[in-house]
Amino acid sequence: MTAPLLVFFVLAALAVIGAVSLILQKHPIHSALSLIVVMIALAGLYLLLGAEFVAAVQIIVYGGAIMVLFVFVIMLLNAGVEEHTSISKMAGAPGLLLVVALAGLVAATIVRSTDSILSTMQTGEMSSSLGVSKTLGISGMIFKDFVYPFELTSFLILIAVLGATVLAQREKH
Amino acid sequence: MNAFLTTNAELIITLVKIALLLVIVLTVNAYLTWFERKVVAHMQSRWGPHRVGPHGLLQPLADGVKFLFKEDPTPAGVDKFVYYLAPMLALALALTSIALIPFGPDPIKLFGHDIYLGIAPPDVNIGILALFAITAMGVYGVALAGWSSNSKYPLLGGLRSSAQMISYELAMTMSVVGVLLMAGSFNLKKIIEAQAHHPECGIVGWNIWPQLLGFFCFFVSAVAETNRVPFDLPEAESELVAGFHTEYASFKFAMFFIAEYTSMITVSCLCTIMFFGGWLSPFPASWTFTHYVPSAILIPFGLWVIWDGIRYETIFGRIFLPGAGTAFAGIGAVLILLPSVNLFIQGPFWLLSKILVFLFIYVWMRGTLPRFRYDQLMAFGWKLLLPLSIVNVIATSFIILAKMTWWAK
Repeated sequence: MTAPLLVFFVLAALAVIGAVSLILQKHPIHSALSLIVVMIALAGLYLLLGAEFVAAVQIIVYGGAIMVLFVFVIMLLNAGVEEHTSISKMAGAPGLLLVVALAGLVAATIVRSTDSILSTMQTGEMSSSLGVSKTLGISGMIFKDFVYPFELTSFLILIAVLGATVLAQREKH
Repeated sequence: MNAFLTTNAELIITLVKIALLLVIVLTVNAYLTWFERKVVAHMQSRWGPHRVGPHGLLQPLADGVKFLFKEDPTPAGVDKFVYYLAPMLALALALTSIALIPFGPDPIKLFGHDIYLGIAPPDVNIGILALFAITAMGVYGVALAGWSSNSKYPLLGGLRSSAQMISYELAMTMSVVGVLLMAGSFNLKKIIEAQAHHPECGIVGWNIWPQLLGFFCFFVSAVAETNRVPFDLPEAESELVAGFHTEYASFKFAMFFIAEYTSMITVSCLCTIMFFGGWLSPFPASWTFTHYVPSAILIPFGLWVIWDGIRYETIFGRIFLPGAGTAFAGIGAVLILLPSVNLFIQGPFWLLSKILVFLFIYVWMRGTLPRFRYDQLMAFGWKLLLPLSIVNVIATSFIILAKMTWWAK
């Protein structure tokens, strides 16, 4: 077994264990910590694919900023132990169906892209036609090829920020 | 055995380097506490530690032993898992960030391997981003310690520190964008090399001149990120007892302490590398006589320690201090006699002296500045530092664009 494959299995196991523990933990803080483990394991997987920039941003944005906000809010509200209710009937049968459908979709995707996954594992890098693995490629894509969708998205985020500010200050007026 | 050594040479070298750096960093941390206490004491017209060992030099050792042997009670009602996790997280993340710092330009050739100073290979493409990623995770150590203690003062300290670190992380990340634009790379080694446009430019080529605004924003927000005075609200002892680590005792408290001092070292390394030319000498490369600066500092310093030591009050001091002085002066003399070694240590020497200056500034600030009020802290971060660093980014990009379009033709 090669070293990258070994690292992959360790990271994949961490991600799955973290995700399962996220659901099973009783306390919100423990769930949030499990989610952080998942994020970091994912960042490690990106690094394994040669997508170093995406890996760093994954940790900075998701592991750092967003999860810190989660933890901050849980601490601020001092949220207690989660109350478990009996699972509703709606969630039972259709939920099971959805799980099967999702698993099928994932399996189909994996089967269809086996070749590119194998080549990625052999070279340790994304195929060059994608060109997203390197920082330069990503910036070229964002600021040249997809500059209008990108700017539209940032405009959307700006509107969301303004909306949040207005909602937070509503009581004063 | 030999076959094992040759196939796993890289792994073994890295493990040895990790062990060495760990010992060095922890020792430096210990003596940083001595340095801080001594400097702050002299600023306040006191002597500082002077009982344990000559000039209090064994004080860090005594402190370490004390931390190890103190009773370590776990308060009732804490969330045990998180309570134990928090100090480990804080210390591990702080030490990990040191691993990414390159300490010198040239590798040592040993047994046919190029051994670079610093644990990470020098071609880490995302060096600075990886450092920011580790810093971003550093919030959890403090926040979780505050929450898991199940006590009101630590919780307040943890909340304050989360808010403070989120706020200042933005300004810190934005303020280095100017440097990254000028270097065109996230690689720490390339950032340093970009500051030596010409071998003769020396100190003039450093990023501090074009990026003065960026440096101001970076240093202030980095001090806030490390929770040091004047931004030490998470552990404000006059308001919160000891803030987030109130409920921690013994070595778990020491772990927070070591983490704080390690992040001080990391921030000093980053300031040096990004704005003050890293291992570059401040003199033009043709001034080869400046290669004797390390000797010119070490020999007089060693002689002064000898002179101070022979008159010291205790017998131990009269033996120890002249011995240490002889060692310093001896190293200085050896450097003059061995030009190749002298040439090799130039880079690490300048890097370490610049780091020492920044560590002194940290202590200096602690000795002189009062703590911010909480609303002042937030207003300073969001209303001054963040806009300033954005202005810096825009101005730098416009100048680089102008250079590319007009001057290059």
